[in-house]
Parts: sequence; C-alpha cells; structure tokens
Amino acid sequence: MSVKNIMIVGVGGQGTLLTSRILGNLAIHGGYDVKLSEVHGMAQRGGSVVTFVRYGEQVAEPIVEEGCADVLIAFERLEALRYLHFLKKDGVAIVNDWRIDPITVVTGAAEYPENVLDTLRAERKTVVVEATETALEMGAPKTFNVVVLGAAARYVGFEKEAWIRVLETTVPPKTVEVNRRAFEVGYRLETEVQG
Amino acid sequence: MSEKKILLGNEAIARGAYEAGVKVSAAYPGTPSTEISEAIAKYDEVYAEWSPNEKVAAEVAIGASIAGTRSMCSMKHVGVNVASDPLFTAAYTGVGGGMVIVAADDPGMYSSQNEQDSRMVARAAMIPVLEPSDSAEAKEFTKLAFELSEHYDTPMMVRSTTRLSHSQGIVELEERKEREALPYERNIAKYVMMPGNAIKRHVFVEERLKRMAEDACSMSVNRAEYRDLSVGFITSGIPYQYVREAMPEASVLKLGLVHPLPRKLIEEFAAKVDKLYIFEELEPVIEEQVKSWGILKAVGKEIFTVQGEYSANMLRERVLGRECKTEAPAQVPARPPILCPGCPHRSVYSVLNRLKIHAAGDIGCYTLGAVAPLGVVDSTICMGSSISTLHGMEKARGKEYIRNWVAVIGDSTFMHTGINSLMNMVYNQSCGTVVILDNSTTGMTGHQDHAATGKTLKGEVVPAINIAQLCRSLGIEHVYEISAFDLDGLTEAFRRETQRDAVSVIITKAPCVLLKGVTFPNKCVPVPEKCRKCGACLRPGCPALTRNADGTISIDETMCNGCGLCEKLCKFDAIETKRKA
Repeated sequence: MSVKNIMIVGVGGQGTLLTSRILGNLAIHGGYDVKLSEVHGMAQRGGSVVTFVRYGEQVAEPIVEEGCADVLIAFERLEALRYLHFLKKDGVAIVNDWRIDPITVVTGAAEYPENVLDTLRAERKTVVVEATETALEMGAPKTFNVVVLGAAARYVGFEKEAWIRVLETTVPPKTVEVNRRAFEVGYRLETEVQG
Repeated sequence: MSEKKILLGNEAIARGAYEAGVKVSAAYPGTPSTEISEAIAKYDEVYAEWSPNEKVAAEVAIGASIAGTRSMCSMKHVGVNVASDPLFTAAYTGVGGGMVIVAADDPGMYSSQNEQDSRMVARAAMIPVLEPSDSAEAKEFTKLAFELSEHYDTPMMVRSTTRLSHSQGIVELEERKEREALPYERNIAKYVMMPGNAIKRHVFVEERLKRMAEDACSMSVNRAEYRDLSVGFITSGIPYQYVREAMPEASVLKLGLVHPLPRKLIEEFAAKVDKLYIFEELEPVIEEQVKSWGILKAVGKEIFTVQGEYSANMLRERVLGRECKTEAPAQVPARPPILCPGCPHRSVYSVLNRLKIHAAGDIGCYTLGAVAPLGVVDSTICMGSSISTLHGMEKARGKEYIRNWVAVIGDSTFMHTGINSLMNMVYNQSCGTVVILDNSTTGMTGHQDHAATGKTLKGEVVPAINIAQLCRSLGIEHVYEISAFDLDGLTEAFRRETQRDAVSVIITKAPCVLLKGVTFPNKCVPVPEKCRKCGACLRPGCPALTRNADGTISIDETMCNGCGLCEKLCKFDAIETKRKA
C-alpha cells in the first residue's frame, strides 16, 4: 500500500490533537508504520492548526505536502478552504459546517468569505457535516470532532469496529460512552456529497 | 515481550532516559520541549521537577551527576541561553553519572521569539551533540547519550526540533536498566573550576573532542547509505526524512553525532559521490566545517535557506527542478493565535488599552496583547525582560517618561527570572508599575505548575510561594492584588500607581480558563432589543462574539466561558450573564 495522507485542520482548541491520536492508533492496529505531526504552543491559542497523519508500509517524512493529501478533515469551514490546496485533485474534504471568525474578521480588518462550501465543492469532492449542531443537540458540544470523524471514517478506511475499539482506548475513560455515541451519529449522519 | 507504542519525539526522549536508568530530570517548560518532562514525571523511578528556570534545571542535573547518578535537563533553544552559564563549565568538569541536556530548537518559530540553532551553542560550549531523526531514534539516541557521556566524561546534548518533538512515530519499548549510584569521591581538580583547575580541564576538553571526532567515524549512528553515487546528501535529524521521501535513490551520509563531526567518514563519502549536498535546517554548522576542510563541491545554503523548516518539496524543487506548487492557496483571512474566550489577560488589557497605557511585555500567552485590537504590549524580548526593560527606560528618560507605561509579566515568567529584575528596580531606586498577570499556571506551554502554584511536576501538593509576600519582602510597599475582572478596581489602581514615585506591583488574579478544574457556570447572552450597535463589547476582541449583519451581536455558545467582560463593557444592558442550563 502506498502511504495514505490525512490532514486534520481547525482552530486551536477544537481537538485536532485527540483526533490525530485516534487515527494514529488505528493505523498501528492495522499493522502499518505511521507518523503524525502536530502543532503545540502558541498556535494552539485560537490560531489555525494543522495535524498530519501518514501511514503505510514505511513512512519517511512526518508531514503531508501540498497536493498530496487523500483526506482533509476540517473542523471549521474557513480552515478547509485555507488548506484545500493540500488535497489531491481526487481527494475528499470532510467539513464541519461551522464558522468561527478569525480575529482579523472580528476587528473588521478582513471579511469572512461568502459561500465557502460552494467554493469547496467546486474544487474537490466535499462532504459537509453539521457536526457542531449535532453535538449540541446531543448535549455534548465537545464531541463534535468525533462526529466529524464518524463521517470521515468511510473515506479514511478501516472497519467500523476497529474505529470503535481504538476510540474506546484513546479518549479519557469517563468520556468513552458519549464519544462512542458521537462517532455512531457521525457515521450514520446523512451526508451531503457533491463534487 | 517488547511492546510497540506510538510516541511523540518528546515522549520517546523521556522513555529513552527512563530506560537508561535516569534518576533526576529537571526542566522549565518551553515549547517544543515541555512534554519530555511531562512524560518522564509519570515514571515512579525517576525524580522529575519543574525548576524555576533552565539555569537552575541544568545545575540540578549537574548536582545529580556529581552525586553519581544519571541526570537530564531539557529545554527549548532559548532556554539553552539561560542555562549556558552552567553548561559551558559543566563541559569542563565532565560528569559523574551520565548527564544529558535536551535542546529543542524551533525552526519556523511556531512558538518562539527567535530561531537560533543550539548546535552553535553546543559547539561554543564544546559539548557533543546527537541528533535523532524520528521517535524510535529519539529513544535510542537518548540512551546512547548517557553511554557516551560516561565513556567520554562529558555532558551530552540531544538536539531536537519542533518537527521531531511534536511528531509521533512507532517506538519499541524496552525495560529500564536500574543503575547503582557511583560511590562519591572528592575530586576538586575535576569539580572545582577555579583557574588552576580549569586550565588543566580545558586541555582535557580539547583532547576529548579530538578523540570523539576520531571515534565518530566508526560510530554506528553515523551511517553512509550508498545507493546512486551520482548524488549524495550529508544530513541529520528530520531533514534526513525529507531526503528519503523526495530522493529515495540518492546516497546519504546520515549523521547521528553532529558535533564533533567524523571528518574521515565525510571525506570518504564526499569522494565517492559526484554531486554533494549538505541538507541541514537553520545554520550551516556542518557545511562550514566541511567546506573548511577543502570539500568545496558541497552545496548547501547556496540553495537551501537558513530560515524556517525544510520539506521534501524543497528538494524536489531546488535539486530536482520540479514544480511542486501547482495550485495557489485560496485567499482567506489570516487566523493568528489569540487569547481564549474568557481569558483574564483580555480583561486586564482592555483596561490598559482604555487608559492608553503602554506595556513592556514578556514571554507568554499575554504577548498576544501586542496585536490589534488590544495593542497594549510594545516590546517583548525574553523571559523576565519586561521589568528590566521598563527600568532601563526609566533610567534613560526619567520617571515622567514612563508615567503611561507598565511592565506586564505572567506568574510563571515572574518566578523564572522576573524576580531578579524586580530586585534590581528596588535596589537601583527605580519607579514604575509592574503588573503580574497571575493566572496560576504556565499557560502558553500547556499548563505546567511552578513554585507559586502549590503543586509539583509529580503532582505533590506543596506550600505555594506567595507572590505578593515575595514582592513585599523586597521592600516594595505598594503591592496590590486585584481580580483580573474587576475593571473599576484595575482602572483606579493603574491610574494611581503609574503616578507614584516608587516601585509598585499590581497582581491581577484569575485562573487561566484552560486550567484543569476551572469551571464556568455562566454564559453571556445578547439582548438584541437593547443593543445600540456601538461595538463596545467587540473592542477587546473576544472570539466568541461576532457582529451580525444588522449591527447587533451574536455570542457563540460553544466558545463563551461566561467571563462577563462583554457584559461589563455594555452600557445598555444588552448583554446578560446567565447560569448555564
């Protein structure tokens, strides 16, 4: 198998690190070599964050380069657009339909682009998930990232059971139940696929 | 029996030290090195501490080494500067038990104030350096570092970079080898570095480096991989992975020991390959030495930069001449890091901003107070510098010049080196207002404890140093503790204290919103019918607030921590603080 390249992007504090850990453990359980690359420190404070996951028979560099990602998992719309050029032409973007204004927009120095989803769909195959709203409805707003992961699961690969097993051993013990529910919801979620 | 696990480079370094039988680990948190200490603290067999700063941490490690046990100190690149005083001389004394310094550089400055190369410091200090390329090597090289340290009687540096420290890879775990502490032998010629002794030790140090350089030619961590001989790379660390990714057929001389260099091995490799590239992030440390030996065909910084991180695409473009960036990135608004919703720093800065007070800043999340919309911080240099730079301004231009200035410094940074600067203000009869933004943690690096939080790295509860009492003990009469969300109290205190002809300290108190155990019972809710669309609530730049098309505001419930700052700033009661359902 050639190396599979996955990117997780979002806004610092949205839980990209936990998500990448789940993916990393999945790859290990699948018997692959795997490398992950994360961002810690200042950028985590509400900045744009990106995490790379690469797995396959043998992985050299820990980062995914432009035009090389198979799957782009985005926890926020604008961030999907920011990193879209990393995605292969036939890659898939899984996008949480949620907007967080960057400070440049809050202060009026820039405008949040209109029709981000349309732009994404015009460029690449795009799966839009109402993950934050779903998680809010579930009464567990923090699990939105696992809802997104559930929706991304079929594009990333691996059996559903493997996902659940890894999820159970990766998230904090107290949150296993709610995260499992979030994953199931995401997995089942009617997703709107275009592109 | 061996177990495979996916570990961060930093966790792998900690694991290596653990397996090597390390007894004492000391550090001050600093991205990208912090997780080394957090990981090693989990092993019961290892004593691990947060020291107030890197100099102290290095000295703790030196003490443990003199006492005959293996010891480690870890720090970010700029921490190496703070620790360099003891490190330069520890190179002379050598070690008892093996001693390792982990230096984590930050090419690309993800979370740093400069981009210095620790290999340069190590060369100046005459400390040998190992540089791993992935998590598995991070563990192996750390273990090797302890062996080499004892074999050559030298402290060893393990150099990491952000990309290694914060990448995860598969590591095979092994058992810890417990080591008996060496019996103590008084040896002042080795450990008392007064001139007569140090002169002799310097001779030893130079001889030691020469011996290591020779031995380095046969060390297995320095490895020539001969493939296609038409092109060869000398490389180390993470850049090795980029070479393997972009040009898997190329020959590579992979250096594990990057100081001192294995000259014969390099000359041999250079002679065998037609084209020779030296591929090293940051400074041309290897390149300059190699060229100084007359290997002039080597190509390095002529085509590779001294700034930022490297990549496989850099090789594809600059060596293979391929176009890699086929698609322009979308034009989207930048998203720089910002203070979190509910951050107490935002509240304090909103007051300083309104009073048009400038701040000499320091290192921490609160450095973000420099940018719009808060725009309060005017300078940031290094840990602890806020207080001394304010003092320097006062001495240069007089007290009237700094009437609209304060120094701002976090609690952890104050304990790091700020306290020295405050002593200086008292001693040298400065006047000026020091604001200690006390959020009860080391925030930026991910919430580490320090001497004023009452908890150790190992999680033990200990008496917390009282910052207010500490300041008073220096003879400062005017020390005030005010809630970071008491806007009226802060306004009054800033106005009053900046006019005072004395040193004063204002400690603003409220825990970091990301701190474990801090709960938020409230949320802020807009009342649109009362909104006059003045935008006062938006001024401090809380990311939970957005302006709607009609000029009223929305508050993102998933982000709001209910700090109430926006409510206090609204004169029309158009924002309410409610209990969360």
